[in-house]
Amino acid sequence: MAKVNITNNIRTLRFLANEMTQQALAEKTGVSRQTIVAIENGKYFPTLELAFRIAQIFAKPLEEVFTFELLTEPENKKPKN
Amino acid sequence: MDIKEKRILVSLLSSVLVILFYSWYVYSKYIADNPAILNDFKFWGSSFIVLIPVAIGIQIVIQIIFAIVTHILNKGEEIDPIDDERDKLIELKAIKISHYLFILGFVLAMGTLAMGMQPWVMFVVLISSGFLASMVNEILRLYFYRKGV
Repeated sequence: MAKVNITNNIRTLRFLANEMTQQALAEKTGVSRQTIVAIENGKYFPTLELAFRIAQIFAKPLEEVFTFELLTEPENKKPKN
Repeated sequence: MDIKEKRILVSLLSSVLVILFYSWYVYSKYIADNPAILNDFKFWGSSFIVLIPVAIGIQIVIQIIFAIVTHILNKGEEIDPIDDERDKLIELKAIKISHYLFILGFVLAMGTLAMGMQPWVMFVVLISSGFLASMVNEILRLYFYRKGV
């Protein structure tokens, strides 16, 4: 399977949302502040549900909060006859 | 180091202390004077059965003391008690690996019997692998909190 790189703009979006604190975002999404810190630092990739919750809080579509990038192309498998 | 990492560290240290003190207590009270008791299955059974509630009780008391001390040191501020999806994932991964380790220990313990060793060797290997698996579980949780999961 190809390696992927998932990044996020949560720090920027918090800044734009009147310097929302990590604790405030954590409370709104129902997770701990440590989880928000881990997501911001790229040490944890949230579930789809939490990702949507975060995007909803900033009123942004998911792809504006998280970006997905394939690092290596998967090998093309030969089609079966 | 955040509160969850500190809690794991306290749990790790208290587990080590409990097993060390309990082993010393059982050795000095029963084994030192009568080494033949090592081949008594009733001795091993009762040692296991007493160890479990003692270890759980001491862990609970230590965690309560830790929570009180943390609350005082944080000047009454609410500490983060939420157990969320990341915590559950970390716990699952750590449990999975530590279970593999315990299974390996179990197989080794059965291996000692298969090789014709004394039954007490099997019990020692079994208890040691359980203890080691528990330690590895805590260390892995600490590792996943630090390095990411």
